Amino acid sequence: MKPSLWGLKKSPWVYHVALSPCNNCDIEILDVLTPKFDVERFGIKLVGSPRHADALLVTGAINRHVLPRFKELYEQTAKPCVVFAIGSCALSSTMFRDSYNIVGPLEEVMKEIDPNAIIAYVPGCPAKPEAIIAGVVKALNAL
Amino acid sequence: MAIGYFFLSVGVVVALGLVTSWIDRKVTALVQARVGPPWYQPVADIVKLLGKETLVPENSRSMGFLLAPLLGFAGACAAAAVLIGNLIGGNGFVGDIIVLIYLMTIPAIALIIGACASGSPVSVVGATREMKMLLSYELPLLIVVVTALIRAGTGGAADFRIGSLIAFQQESGWLVWSVSGIIGFVVLVLTTQAKLGLVPFDAPEAEQELMGGVISEYSGPPLALFKLTKYMLLCMLPIFTGVLLLGGFSFTGWSILWSILKYVVLIVLIVLIRNTNPRLRIDQIMKLFWGPVTALAIAGLVLAAFGL
Repeated sequence: MKPSLWGLKKSPWVYHVALSPCNNCDIEILDVLTPKFDVERFGIKLVGSPRHADALLVTGAINRHVLPRFKELYEQTAKPCVVFAIGSCALSSTMFRDSYNIVGPLEEVMKEIDPNAIIAYVPGCPAKPEAIIAGVVKALNAL
Repeated sequence: MAIGYFFLSVGVVVALGLVTSWIDRKVTALVQARVGPPWYQPVADIVKLLGKETLVPENSRSMGFLLAPLLGFAGACAAAAVLIGNLIGGNGFVGDIIVLIYLMTIPAIALIIGACASGSPVSVVGATREMKMLLSYELPLLIVVVTALIRAGTGGAADFRIGSLIAFQQESGWLVWSVSGIIGFVVLVLTTQAKLGLVPFDAPEAEQELMGGVISEYSGPPLALFKLTKYMLLCMLPIFTGVLLLGGFSFTGWSILWSILKYVVLIVLIVLIRNTNPRLRIDQIMKLFWGPVTALAIAGLVLAAFGL
């Protein structure tokens, strides 16, 4: 295994991207970072700047207002990076998909921004902390 | 010979710094009743950052932006050579305490240069805070160093060599076992905390308000260099405290265990202060250092002049 890939698997720093969510998934993400679940065991750390991040945790049904911001944010993230779609809204826009202001699920949005992006999916409404940890571990093993 | 000492010292400090930052994170985890990261975590962080893309912001001065981490790392390496070279190389090594203090200031200056060159308002706010911190903690630090030198000078070793300071303490006891020594130790622990940018004094890097502040625009290898510089300082400043007031470190026979114990106790003290305090505002930090801490340091200096 290449050393940089080993490093990426052993210390994924996450940045929390809220793209018009209802805040339930965001609360679950904050729960994951509390001492109870202790994700620092796997080297996972919350960072304040997208330039430090290796994984973007995206929540919410993406609307027109946040799309340009997300595009800029993805370009600011140092590659290689992984994008996580957390929760049903980021996966499929759920019941908001026919709304006038929704541009679609994360998968379609990422096709426009970067076709080669690595995307991992964690379903749930909201996704449970255990599900988020399991999703991150499975995605890292698949790298 | 000298170049061999240089690489040996830098290697020792980098390795110790990585271990120390793991101790820091592990003790933090234990304080918060969790398991914490595995022992190779700092190495994994550095290796990962070295393999990532370097992003240069569009409106930055790229020259200063990319040279600043190198400057800081070079300063930390030179400081490591002077400090560790004197500990293992004996008294004949070039460089004394004044050089060491200058060299340990360079990483902070490099952070200011890098943050100002990055063209981000968040980084510039962090840089102004770093500058204010530098102005506030250097004065008490220098007063404590003068206090230690005066105390050692009464024994007849009135030069600025690190080796002679240690030799004096081995002959006539640790400098900390006196009123001025205890005052000096308290001030030195506070300035160490500020120099490392750890929690009561982490205003320049405040994650919650400045998103990493001075280093928020850095990514990849330059960020790794800044992290490594920080780890090296985390290793060197407790050693500096040990040399100045706690009788230094020796590596012969059983005293090596005693040295390790001293070092780990100093680290755990710093980490516990970090974990049990809230962040101060920058104006509170300046008031604290220029008011009570400097007054305390001057009181220690006066007591030392009377030989207490």
